[in-house]
Order: sequence, then C-alpha cells, then structure tokens
Amino acid sequence: MASAARKIKSVPGRFGKYGGRYVPETLMAALEELEREYERARRDKKFRAEFESLLKNYAGRPTALFHARRMSKELGGAKIYLKREDLLHTGAHKINNCIGQALLAVRMGKKRIIAETGAGQHGVASATVCALFGLECVVYMGVEDMRRQELNVFRMRLLGAEVRGVESGSKTLKDAINEAMRDWVTNVRTTHYLLGSVLGAHPYPTMVRDFHSVIGHEARAQILKAEGKLPTVIIACVGGGSNAIGIFHEFIKDKRVKLIGVEAGGRGEKLGEHAARFRGGSPGVLQGTFSYVLQDAAGQIANTHSVSAGLDYPSIGPEHAALADSGRAEYVAASDAEALTALTRLAQTEGIIAALESAHAVAECIKRAPKMKKSDVLIVNISGRGDKDIGILRENLKIG
Amino acid sequence: MSVRTTAAPAVPITGSPDHRITRSLSHKPSLVVYVTCGDPDLATTKQIVLSAIRAGADVIELGVPFSDPLADGPVIQRASERALKHGTSLRDVLGLAAEIRKESDAGLVIFSYLNPVMRMGLERFCDEAAKAGVDGALITDLTVEEADEYRRLMAARNLDTIFLAAPTSPDVRLKKIAQACQGFVYAVSRTGVTGAQKQLAGDAGDLVKRIRKYTKLPVAVGFGISTGAQFSQVGAFADAAAVGSAIVQAVEQNPGREAQAVAELVAALKSGA
Repeated sequence: MASAARKIKSVPGRFGKYGGRYVPETLMAALEELEREYERARRDKKFRAEFESLLKNYAGRPTALFHARRMSKELGGAKIYLKREDLLHTGAHKINNCIGQALLAVRMGKKRIIAETGAGQHGVASATVCALFGLECVVYMGVEDMRRQELNVFRMRLLGAEVRGVESGSKTLKDAINEAMRDWVTNVRTTHYLLGSVLGAHPYPTMVRDFHSVIGHEARAQILKAEGKLPTVIIACVGGGSNAIGIFHEFIKDKRVKLIGVEAGGRGEKLGEHAARFRGGSPGVLQGTFSYVLQDAAGQIANTHSVSAGLDYPSIGPEHAALADSGRAEYVAASDAEALTALTRLAQTEGIIAALESAHAVAECIKRAPKMKKSDVLIVNISGRGDKDIGILRENLKIG
Repeated sequence: MSVRTTAAPAVPITGSPDHRITRSLSHKPSLVVYVTCGDPDLATTKQIVLSAIRAGADVIELGVPFSDPLADGPVIQRASERALKHGTSLRDVLGLAAEIRKESDAGLVIFSYLNPVMRMGLERFCDEAAKAGVDGALITDLTVEEADEYRRLMAARNLDTIFLAAPTSPDVRLKKIAQACQGFVYAVSRTGVTGAQKQLAGDAGDLVKRIRKYTKLPVAVGFGISTGAQFSQVGAFADAAAVGSAIVQAVEQNPGREAQAVAELVAALKSGA
C-alpha cells in the first residue's frame, strides 16, 4: 500500500537557509531525544507497519481522489480533482501526524501529551490519538479560536482532553503555541509536545512533513491511474503548511507539476489584516524556526487576521520559505470573502462542505481553472471538512 | 565594592575591556538584576536600574520586550505587553544602555529574544551594543549550535556572549555552552519559565557543579529566585544569583515609586533577609 514511512528521507533540519532550532536551552535535550527516536523509528519496520496499519484501519486511508465533474464543467478549463482528506477520521489531514507522533511518544515513554490548536482540527486529532493510546492530553487554544470553533472544543472535551484557553496576545494560534511551549519547558521530562504543523524547531518540520507525505504519495498513484499522467497544478491552503507540504512533497522532483500554496488574504492588505506571509513578511525567527514572519520594523510579531482560524498565523513552515525563494512553489492569497464564496460554490456544485481553510485553495482553483486547457489536470487538496465552521458560516453567509 | 555609580561624565566606551562582567561578579555572591525595559517607561527604567545598582546590584540585564516571550512566565509577559504598548524597541534599549553607562560602571547585558536582534541585523546590533557601552548579551532562544556568526561578531567587539545552561542539558551540551560563554554562565535553576517559586529546585546545585567541570567563569543561577533567603541559598554554591520576575513584580506593584521599591528589594536580597 501507499507508504509514507517508506519514502521518508533524512534532512538535517535546514531547508536552504530556513529552519533550524531556536529554543530555550531547557528544550534542547528533548528535541535531540525526539530527533534520535524519530530517526530510529522511521527505520524500524515494526513502527512503519504500525503507523501504516493505523492510517488504514483507524484513520481511513487511502482517501479518495475525486473527479469534480460539475465544477470542472462550470469553470470550463482544467479537469479538477479533489484529494479528499476531509473524509479522514476526525475530519482533516491532521490525524496522519497525530498517529505518528503518538506512536513516538509511546516509544519514548512519555505519557502526557500537550498540543496547540487553531481551528481545533489538530486539537481534536490529538485528543483522539490520546484516547486511543491512553495518554493524558492537554490542548492549548486561544480564547478567540475557542469562540469561533466551539464545536471542536466540545469534541476535544468529549474525547477526554483538557482544553486550556489562552488569553494572551491575539488569543489565537500563535499564542496557543507560546503557552504550549511554556508548558513543555516546564514539564519536558514527562511530556511530549505534539506540534501540529510543519513549524517549530527541528525535527518537527521534517517529521511532520514525513507523516503527511502519504497524501501526495497516494495522490500521485491515484492521478496516474485515473489520467495516465501527472497533474498540471496542485493547490493547497497554507497556514503552517502541513497539508500543503504533505501533498507537495511527493511532486517536488517533478518540475513540470506546478505547486500553488494559498495563504489567508484576510480582509485587507495592511499588516494585521491578513496572514499572507509572502506578501508582507520577511525572514525572522518565531517559535523555534527561521522562516518568513509577519513583523514590524522593530522585530515584534504582527497580529494576523483570517476568517479561518487554521490559517491565522504570522509565520509559515520553513520548507515553504525555501520553496518560495527557489520558485519551486508559488504562493498566492485568497481573501476571507473569496474563501466564503468558494466554500459555498463547492458545496452547491459537488455536495462537499470543505473547511474554511481548504476553501482558500478552492478559491484559487476557481480563479485558475478557467484559464487552463481542457487537457490540464488540477488537484485541490481538501484538507478538512467544514462542519466545525458552521457557526462562522452562519454569521457570514446569508442563507435562507 | 559598594556603590559603583559614578558621578563622572561620560567617557566614550567602546567594547568592554577585560570583561567587566566577570569582574563585576568577582565578589560572592553577586546579584544580577533583570528589568523589562520600558515598563512603565524608559525614563523610569533608567531610575530603576541606577537605584538597583546603588542598592548593590552587580550586573544589570536590560530586558528587551518581545511580543511572544515564550520562555517567560506571566509577570514578565505582562511587563512586556506594557512596554510594547508604547513601542519600546531594541533600539530604545540600546539608547537606554548608553545613558546608564554614562552614570555607572556596572556590568550591562542586553537580554533579548532573537527576532528583534535579527531584525536590526546581527552586525548592526553588535556595533550599536559596543557603542552604547554594553558588556554583553544573552539571547534566550539562541542556542550554541546556531550561534557561530553571532559569537564571531560579538567577540570581534569584545562583547560577552552569555548562554543559558539548563538542568536538562547533558554534559556534552554543558561543555559546548561553557566554551561558548564569555562573562558568565547563566544556569537555569529548574525546568520552566521565568517566575518566582516558593522553593528552589534541587536541580540548581547539581547543575552548577556540572558546569564548573568545564569553565572557570562565574556561574549565575536564575529563574525562580525572589527572596533574600533564596539569594543566600544560591550564594552557597554559585557565584551569583539572577533575579528577574521579583524585580519586575516590584515595579508592577509600586506605581510612582518603582525605583525605591526595587532598591528595597535589592537591599533585602543582598542582606539575605
């Protein structure tokens, strides 16, 4: 079967000049331990078999690659396929990484898991694997995000996790990560930090990417089977960038496949009104890694805005920074309004309610597909489903 | 050495000849005092620092407020937010350092997260720090592995690089850290963020012992020290104690008489009461 672990490559923690390890010294031993354990695990047949078995039998992999016929026809250009990560257990791609890291935590004998969450999808996936493995689970979440992703807060609690609201800063994902890191620095001897994106200090960006690379691995085989050729374009939304790197990674070596990351354009161009790091950001260090960061002239981190909690973050995974600099991937933005429109359109043409995050990728598809040839193939990664967003959608859409 | 505040006008100081910090920490136990600059405002911070020095502080850590202080507990987080509300920047802190240097010969260390320093540019930061008469810097989220260029630039200006050593650091890391440190080694007393603790962790003494295997530099113990009793306790096994959150809290709780409150706390710490 499609295997994430088999293809995992060793990377020393740098992507071009980006990445690295910028943390208080107290965490260094834990990061080194995690790196060693991960290196061992990914070579361990038993670990890989267990990971793959859980992806298949628990998470529900492989996910479908669905030909969106009506949408393709309406847009009148490229043939559009949707990679259905929204069909996974817990409702988003996040579960891939959570299964991998939970297995690692068990190997390391760590019985307490902490996690941060923005949209709540990583929090739910963390709470889920903790229930599965009998681990204690504490999830940090900005109170602003708790408000807008209320349903996921309840799901986490139902799964037995403790959700701790974070009141500092903008009360969103960045602040939840700060608080999770404060917990980790305090309880590092007993606790594993289950970081939910391709962010943070080495080995996280590499390890999290590897656990998600199954997405691209499957998509490649599926599109070759369906079309007999590679896609022209792959589009994915980018908050930290885990679903995007998950689908991109397998195709990076195929130079003809265009890779498009879609950031949150929010409600305006001004600093603080969006989360488009490649539009207004510059290289800097935030929360353990060197990457593009939205910041002011004095190096203070800027506030961000996006209608989708999962994209509302001032930095981006370091591998994306390298892919942007080299031109191998292109990064664009979709506004709040464009994402809302795209979400509605996908729902009404294909019967799929995508997460607001994923709707940003759909928005770019709507812009791009009509300009492409009928023989072109476009894949959109539908990273999660939209049930969690019903509250926000009600506030923002005038329906019925 | 009692009062090291000098009335003499400014002597332009470039760099720190003969590692002033190490000298400052030569009488034991010494006291390292951390302040969040710009809380409540820069002029008050200057008064706080000078009165702390007059009351017996040996080295001052000038804290640069940062929007995302992930190694800090609630007290310093709140102070950073207050300081950032009126836009206190690294440039402001360096300006403040230059003013303090005109009036005092105490050791001055810039205490910052990495991003403001990177934003200014490493080389420019080192230039400006030297020009301001600062003696060294401690960058919370910069570990020895990532610090080659920084160390080179700092050393070229005779500026001390201070790194954190943690109870979780294995000996192989402590060795690297000790070798990369100039001025002193900052031993983190326990796993955790900054902030006062009722009891000092047992980790600290053991850590200092392990660090001493690799360096003759003074070792300062910090994180969680807030009382004179704890200061004396640390003094029994370390060269110095660093006090941060307790100082910042005294500032927070004494609006209008911040400098006096800090002087009282410094005196209490030094007297071991």
